[in-house]
Amino acid sequence: MCATCGCDSGSNTSIQHLGENNGHDHSHDHSHTHLQQKTIVDVEQDVLHQNNLLAERNRGYFEAKNILALNLVSSPGSGKTTLLERTLIDLKDKMEFAVIEGDQQTTNDADRIHATGTKVTQINTGKGCHLDSHMVLHALQGMRPKENSVLFIENVGNLVCPAMFDLGEKERVVIISVTEGDDKPLKYPDMFHSSTLCIVNKIDLLPYVPFDIVKVKANARKVNPTLDIIEVSCTSGEGLSEWYKWLQSKVLAPQLN
Amino acid sequence: MHELSIVMSIIGIAGEQAKQANATIVDEIELDIGTLSGIEMNALDFAWDQAVKQTILENTERKINRIEAKAKCLDCEAEFNIQHLYDACPVCGEHFLNILQGKELRVKSLVVS
Repeated sequence: MCATCGCDSGSNTSIQHLGENNGHDHSHDHSHTHLQQKTIVDVEQDVLHQNNLLAERNRGYFEAKNILALNLVSSPGSGKTTLLERTLIDLKDKMEFAVIEGDQQTTNDADRIHATGTKVTQINTGKGCHLDSHMVLHALQGMRPKENSVLFIENVGNLVCPAMFDLGEKERVVIISVTEGDDKPLKYPDMFHSSTLCIVNKIDLLPYVPFDIVKVKANARKVNPTLDIIEVSCTSGEGLSEWYKWLQSKVLAPQLN
Repeated sequence: MHELSIVMSIIGIAGEQAKQANATIVDEIELDIGTLSGIEMNALDFAWDQAVKQTILENTERKINRIEAKAKCLDCEAEFNIQHLYDACPVCGEHFLNILQGKELRVKSLVVS
């Protein structure tokens, strides 16, 4: 039998290295005809089509329930979870929140969010380097966030891969800390290009690090001229009121009746 | 390494399309991948070799059309090729660009039998 096409004509075929890459690594000393003809199929389908469809489904769910969904992306250690902890505590009486945490392993981050009294679901991606819309869909089915709430989706700490995967969020927020390089927007442009807000975190450490805040802003706006930028320190609390103002401006007024 | 997820999606699309065409073999697959699609070609090759084993794409010939990125300046309306998202308009130096092409990531066609 021909290992490539599976057709069963001829009997003198010797096949070696079965199971290895090249099924045609053998010589044919017979002639055979393929029963089926080759057909060209015009596919023209986006490779991320499935992800995008489910992202739109999530987006519809969020719109129907008037949920503001934000996708928080950054490198590991930029302070996403700390920013969330501060936000959840400070705005506790003003907004209803829910959080989806994405990490490869552990529920450490979800435990921290849970300690603030906020509804939280942890997604462990195992070896995965990003969240996708399918994971978020299932997380939503389990958690059922309330109407008129704000849903933070904390993505896996990674400035590369999550950029390609729409989760159905309303806004994407990229976080960078001053202990990173000020050329990061140029080195990882996709993430800055697809975000609407950039939070520069840990500004209380500026006196101790060679980080040029003017330069990072210029670099970020080279990639995305319409990017909003807010400088904060989750330790000192500096700048957080700006972030809260931005957040409140994005919350749509609940529809009456 | 999101390229692995990408290859898995491609295998899924190829399998689905082959099934719809009542075919059991995918002889060729043609992909459009823009230079700003976020795909690292070396990583794609690496993921491809591992992921297609024992799938419908195991022995499939792969053709990749690299689509060069082009942008239009929103200030002066010049059109030009770009290599990076942070490139400036070569005419007026502004960064307000509309990406016209180069973000493609799609399965263009298959040859099945």
